[in-house]
Amino acid sequence: MATKEQAAPGDFVSNLGKIYGLYTGGFFVFVAIIAVLEQMGVPNRILGYMFVGLTLLVYAFIGVLTRTMQVGEYYVAGRRVPAFYNGMATGADWMSGASFVGMAGTLYALGYDGLAFVLGWTGGYVLVAVLIAPYLRKFGAYTVPDFLAERYGGWFPRLLGVIVLICCSFTYVTAQIYATGIIASRFLGLDFQVAVYAGLLGILLCSMLGGMRAVTWTQVAQYIVLIVAYLVPVVILSTQKYGLPIPQISYGQALQDITAREGAMIAQGLADVKSLKPHTTPFTTYDTLNYFGLILCLMVGTASLPHILMRYFTTPSVREARQSVAWSLFFIFLLYFTAPAYAAFAKLEVYNNVIGQTLASLPDWVYTYGNLGLVKICGVGATSVDAIREACAKAVQYTGDMGQFTHLLRHQDFAIDNDVVVISTPEIAGMPYVIAGLVAAGGLAAALSTADGLLLAIANALSHDIYYKMLDRNAPTARRLIVARVLLVLVAIAAAYTASTKPADILSMVAWAFSLAAAGLFPALVLGVWSKRTNGYGAVAGMIIGFGMCLYYLVGTRYFASSFYETWSFLSSASPEAAAKYAELKQAWMSATGDAQAAAWTAFDKHAQSVANWWGLRNISAALFALPVGFIVMWVVSRITPAPSQTMQDMIDNIRRPKGDMILQEKTN
Amino acid sequence: MTEHHRQDEYWGRTSRLMWIMLALWLFFSFIIHFFVNALNSITILGFPLGFYMAAQGSLIAFVIMLFIFAKSQNSIDRDTGMAEEE
Repeated sequence: MATKEQAAPGDFVSNLGKIYGLYTGGFFVFVAIIAVLEQMGVPNRILGYMFVGLTLLVYAFIGVLTRTMQVGEYYVAGRRVPAFYNGMATGADWMSGASFVGMAGTLYALGYDGLAFVLGWTGGYVLVAVLIAPYLRKFGAYTVPDFLAERYGGWFPRLLGVIVLICCSFTYVTAQIYATGIIASRFLGLDFQVAVYAGLLGILLCSMLGGMRAVTWTQVAQYIVLIVAYLVPVVILSTQKYGLPIPQISYGQALQDITAREGAMIAQGLADVKSLKPHTTPFTTYDTLNYFGLILCLMVGTASLPHILMRYFTTPSVREARQSVAWSLFFIFLLYFTAPAYAAFAKLEVYNNVIGQTLASLPDWVYTYGNLGLVKICGVGATSVDAIREACAKAVQYTGDMGQFTHLLRHQDFAIDNDVVVISTPEIAGMPYVIAGLVAAGGLAAALSTADGLLLAIANALSHDIYYKMLDRNAPTARRLIVARVLLVLVAIAAAYTASTKPADILSMVAWAFSLAAAGLFPALVLGVWSKRTNGYGAVAGMIIGFGMCLYYLVGTRYFASSFYETWSFLSSASPEAAAKYAELKQAWMSATGDAQAAAWTAFDKHAQSVANWWGLRNISAALFALPVGFIVMWVVSRITPAPSQTMQDMIDNIRRPKGDMILQEKTN
Repeated sequence: MTEHHRQDEYWGRTSRLMWIMLALWLFFSFIIHFFVNALNSITILGFPLGFYMAAQGSLIAFVIMLFIFAKSQNSIDRDTGMAEEE
């Protein structure tokens, strides 16, 4: 089979429609079989294993089938991926485990303000299509640092590119492997550590033998699973509740009901005006600077993340690269415009059937997820009625007979983890277990596909840019491919090991990836195409200063908050009261001794983090300042140093027009 | 027309399309959402309009924009003789 494939590589590509059509049909048949088995009484746990096991096997099968020993296939899938399929692969590459499982939860928690993520993670594709992707495709690079090296001359811009790439991709891939561990342990009851290494195995099987080629075709398969899994539960829910199988329209009614219920809860004393954030009211969590700053940073970050840009290196032509970005956004849009519907339905369920109920009459799902530590009532995990009765009695300072204690659950008593919103939907709507299994398989597909893309981006930068281009220009093809695979495995193991330690910081640092990529790469990529006058000096200066400034803001405001605040107190948004509190807590910390000192430091550091900022900007949007600075430095330094040579300017003209051969012609076998 | 002229015409038209796309992007990413409070007073199918634009409206605009962009840029390529060989 595989030898036939290598002999006539066109066969697979020309039959894509048939192959993936059959695959999708087969997937539905498989879901139907599981549903029948469930009716026959096969235990849920076995069904869960079948679901996850079989989908993993299919991905691994595709991964093995598409193995390759050709450099061009390994790095850019032979540049034969049609726009439509590359769009699907990019969708899977883009939508992470966190997008699949957590995005709806973020919208649940933040309401309108959470839409900054929906906007930020879609609009960036306009920048990708218009400013960058088609030109990088024409250039003919294998990696993003390849372009920087060729355009700006020499190893230093390449090295800077690799550093930025690794900074923004490594934390991200760690979070994906962590997500596979969480999903597998929650749905299958596997031990978290075991689940992480099982996930690692799944990722390696998909990517190691065939590089970009294997990752591409597994990502298409994973996209189909993830989008079906995301849409099915919410479509069923919408049909049940509103008689309309289009949740994206029917949740308008849910929004009205939520708003009405919010007013009623406040009137009945079930919610506190201060803690209840009305779902459709803007700027309750972020102020306008942070809301729009976040949108900008996420968009520009999208347009700079190497694992996304390198997907457009695989299309057969510049024209298809552009179409492919449009398809990518369409496939991503399908999930992102559905997420707010999940959030609205979940919120309505909570407001109607949880808040205002007596503790004895809470729905079952509260305890199901309470036992996993994901739902808290009155500050404790909702493990049993007795446990929450006791906690709520304490919370309202009830001192009488516990037998007489009645309590209507208030809004402020109830806390729910973001991840529950999507994973609990099948259960809340009373759907059979097969749907829950489907959601688990979808979440896993989302996490695995993103991990594959990121891992490949990192390993390719190390093997192609560092090893081949910088260390050994004469390395034979076979050795390059072996080095590429060894590095892939090493990076994967490092990421899995990091994930297995459950590093809290790494997970919150994922959001930083967007700002780091934006500040480090965007100006150099855009000006590299759109400004002939930009030269190597300018690019290097702009990258170092932009990236450095972004990193300084991120690390300074998070880890060195007090010294950051003291250096920049004149730019901080802290009110006079907050500034006074800062001085007070600092004094308390400095005068404390022994055990009290650690506690005083924690309180001081926490407060310092809330005042360590420039004009109130949160560190998730750190690139807001670094980005314009990067652009200005690049522009100014380029103007005061010699213009690029005529040869270079001709090359830029060549990059700009689709016609003609690629600039960089690698030996491909 | 010389090769040089064709390149200039091609790049001029490409740049114009780029600026149009960036202006639309700016509008749907930011400007429209400045008016969220005013738009929220209008309700369509239950959606406050300001909320709807951020949850769906702008996203739909982005998708449509990209397909139009791909098409327009293709005709610029063809008209100026810069298209790839089939």
